Amino acid sequence: MGLSHCRARGFLMLRLQKLTKTYKTGDQALKAIDLEVPKGQVLALIGPSGAGKSTMIRCINRLVEPTSGAVMLDETDLTKLGAGALRRARREMGMIFQEYALVERLTVMENVLSGRLGYVGFWRSFLRRYPQSDVDEAFRLLDRVGLLHMADKRADELSGGQRQRVGICRALIQNPKLLLVDEPTASLDPKTSRQIMRLITELCRERGLAAIINIHDVALAQMFVPRIVGLRFGEIVFDGVPNALTPEKLTEIYGEEDWEATIEKVDDEEDVEAAE
Amino acid sequence: MPVLDKQGAQIWRRRTQGETLFRWFGWLIGAAVFVVCWQRISESTTWFFVWDAPRIANDIWTRATPPRWEYITQLGRPIWDTLNIATLGTLIALCLAVPVAFLAARNTTPSAWLVRPIALLIIVSTRSINSLIWALLLIAIIGPGVFAGVIAIAIRSIGFCAKLLYEAIEEIDQTQVEAITATGASRWQVMAYGIVPQILPAFAGVAVFRWDINIRESTVLGLVGAGGIGLQLSSSLNVLAWPQVSLILLVILVAVVISEWVSAKVRGAII
Repeated sequence: MGLSHCRARGFLMLRLQKLTKTYKTGDQALKAIDLEVPKGQVLALIGPSGAGKSTMIRCINRLVEPTSGAVMLDETDLTKLGAGALRRARREMGMIFQEYALVERLTVMENVLSGRLGYVGFWRSFLRRYPQSDVDEAFRLLDRVGLLHMADKRADELSGGQRQRVGICRALIQNPKLLLVDEPTASLDPKTSRQIMRLITELCRERGLAAIINIHDVALAQMFVPRIVGLRFGEIVFDGVPNALTPEKLTEIYGEEDWEATIEKVDDEEDVEAAE
Repeated sequence: MPVLDKQGAQIWRRRTQGETLFRWFGWLIGAAVFVVCWQRISESTTWFFVWDAPRIANDIWTRATPPRWEYITQLGRPIWDTLNIATLGTLIALCLAVPVAFLAARNTTPSAWLVRPIALLIIVSTRSINSLIWALLLIAIIGPGVFAGVIAIAIRSIGFCAKLLYEAIEEIDQTQVEAITATGASRWQVMAYGIVPQILPAFAGVAVFRWDINIRESTVLGLVGAGGIGLQLSSSLNVLAWPQVSLILLVILVAVVISEWVSAKVRGAII
């Protein structure tokens, strides 16, 4: 894995070219977005509600159909794919949702295995006859996130943090190249939020996964993610390391507000670095 | 809202004078029509029968009680037929209602302009015709008997089941469907994993509810010759065998109470 990681370095995992989405109502959610994500890079997407964060993520795997522009995953332009090819491409992109989006009435195990649907035929999936290798991997992942003992529970019996862990397993069992993460912590308490963010970034590092994480919480993004992209009114207005996120930049992204408290921690870190 | 200015005071009335007059006139016509109608009905009513009704009712009651209990030996088979008509009819209806519901729901229909109106037409047309009328039609086509009853119940129930099901499909949580779609699942897999688990409780509820209704509907199908206990009812009525009629009514009552109890239990267990 180390070798492939080295070889991959310098290559782009994902490239958005002039990606535009105009809704039928005339709202321009995305205005010709250009963005490059190298292999293995975790990126946080911040911005106010309605800035187009969710739309951007959904335009990548085409849950929302982009109006124009290109989405290059590796060397393939996803916007040009037909239905079958799109399904095969979606297998390479794991998605994690704000409200977990687990199938509530299925068990934890069924939810995790549903990440393999793109690889398994209809009747096998319908009869729950997944290949043993998939089942092994599901158990491994559940063990990794600490939910092995919950495998037989129904998803609606779990707490928020536990559900999100199942959501993470479902995304990872796809064996994706890229993770699309939509507000993973918006429904969680602060402690669980940190645990989930830590888990996601750790897993991405372990597997050399690239990820785009939509996130409301600026402090949380700064804490865990090496690159931050700021979106406002469908345009990228900031792209840099967490430390470069000054009150002026936050004002540019979110509008006028007292930002000192939000980024105090970063200043402290800068002080520490300066001292070193 | 007219406001009259009278000696400096602003007087408010709910309606203008014209409106008030018009409404009085309307009431007058209404009352006149009622009186005329009453007179016509009264002329064509044999009042003797009306005044006689309590006596006749009392007479039938004394003839009908006690029920002819030994007749029960001949009712086992018909009531069993009735239950089977209801159960089989419901099963067939459910099999046909599921695809219709998926074609009718806005979020699953393949074409909102072509397929959905057809599905809605099926729902409306099967629902709007009573099962007795379906039974009369079917007896003409496939002859009298239990089979005609089963089909009549089935057709009658399609619209009901499909309507409730497609409303349940339209109310599902779309993010679960999104999540399954995002894994690269095929259309059928999305249905089996994203939609079906969400509508399963509604499906079970609709199934037992309709079964419960169908038991009541199938008791009368025999009146037109479509099998079941209604056949005994109509022949007993024809020969004025009141003790038998009362026993049949009792048996139907027991069957309906039992079916209500079963469906309440099943629904309680699911929801």
